[in-house]
Amino acid sequence: MIDKTIKDAKEAVKDIQSHAVLMLGGFGLCGIPENCIAALLDRPLSSLTCISNNAGVDDFGIGLMLKKKMVKKMISSYVGENKEFERQLLSGELEVELIPQGTLAERIRAGGAGIPAFFTPAGVGTEVGGGKEVREFDGKLYLLERWLRADYSFVKAWKGDSAGNLIYKGTARNFNPMMAAAGKITIAEVEELVPAGELDPNAIHTPGIYVQRIFQGKDYEKRIEQRTISST
Amino acid sequence: MLSKEQIAQRIAKEIKNGQYINLGIGIPTLVANYIPDELEIVLQSENGLLGIGPFPVEEQVDADLINAGKQTITMARGSALFDSAESFGMIRGGHVHLTILGAMEVSENGDIANWKIPGKIVKGMGGAMDLVSAARQIIVAMQHCSKDGSSKLLKECQLPITGVRCVNKIVTDLAVLEIMPQGGFKLLERAPGVEVAEIRNKTEGKLIVPGDIPEMVLP
Repeated sequence: MIDKTIKDAKEAVKDIQSHAVLMLGGFGLCGIPENCIAALLDRPLSSLTCISNNAGVDDFGIGLMLKKKMVKKMISSYVGENKEFERQLLSGELEVELIPQGTLAERIRAGGAGIPAFFTPAGVGTEVGGGKEVREFDGKLYLLERWLRADYSFVKAWKGDSAGNLIYKGTARNFNPMMAAAGKITIAEVEELVPAGELDPNAIHTPGIYVQRIFQGKDYEKRIEQRTISST
Repeated sequence: MLSKEQIAQRIAKEIKNGQYINLGIGIPTLVANYIPDELEIVLQSENGLLGIGPFPVEEQVDADLINAGKQTITMARGSALFDSAESFGMIRGGHVHLTILGAMEVSENGDIANWKIPGKIVKGMGGAMDLVSAARQIIVAMQHCSKDGSSKLLKECQLPITGVRCVNKIVTDLAVLEIMPQGGFKLLERAPGVEVAEIRNKTEGKLIVPGDIPEMVLP
């Protein structure tokens, strides 16, 4: 088996350059590549394009990259939880492209699967459809949407092996599998890294072919945005 | 006039046995509290779960298990987990029977606006555009009027729309209404103590009143 293990997050991000296009997995703060974001913050990077469903919060996740003015453009579906984001958006420092969440997921999936474009009903007749080809199929209108690909994809999994096979947990899977496939270089950080052969092949969510670098992360904070407790 | 909880209670009566349902953020999330125990239904969370369970007790809290509103949740018995592309595949593919969501405006032909107020900060549409583009049935939970008293049930939406001709039914603090295929809000029920005249006054779009309108029956 090809061994893709690297030492840590610092090694994982050492060759990333300014102006790169990055994908970062996660939904809200669930399933985000915490270690790689921390390592990116220590690099003198700017003018990055970040493709991620959300933009973190002020003091965690991609919010920290925004605070250090590393990001030129965000491509997301929902960005509501971040004041610094709002400030940069209003002042024109930050460019934002908002995409319906399912279209975002499918554009990334298409990017990884070699499908340059596809038709979707989401956004027909709305601002999102502006300038896009509309076509009718069986009496219903659809928008032409193009694939998304990245120079680097950062994904977070629960378990992984040295061959790059990944297993996610709970709803922390979200955008991670599609982003793993859509990155030219995909970097996976996992809570538990095992030698190839120890994970059940039946249980693999992301096959190792999509992963170029893998390391065991540490000190996961796994911050919760809305801790909601049942009274009973 | 209905409280938010009562709007959720009334919407819960629309749910049928065997349905897969997606609940939006806000009042729609409250609907889960009023679904009768005898109904077997499955709640879909677009971040990758079929089978949302109750909120966790302290010891069950798991940062890796949240709903689309980023609240901690549990999984119901028989749940399934999946990625976001699969999730929206089942949404766009028409497999979700019922979508319940909030709105800022609805027009008499069923257009919905709920994602953007020009001049204010734009947070994004999240999954709303995908949901309204393909759900088999869409019920909207909303206030009949905005805080300044102006109607939110309009001839045409003034705000940027989320989807065209997609809303089937609306439950407001004043009434239950159905969007007619040829356009118009058909009044089905009044909130307890609310007269048809008041609903007519507060509905800017075309209101269709088919004879005597019954009062809502709430549990």
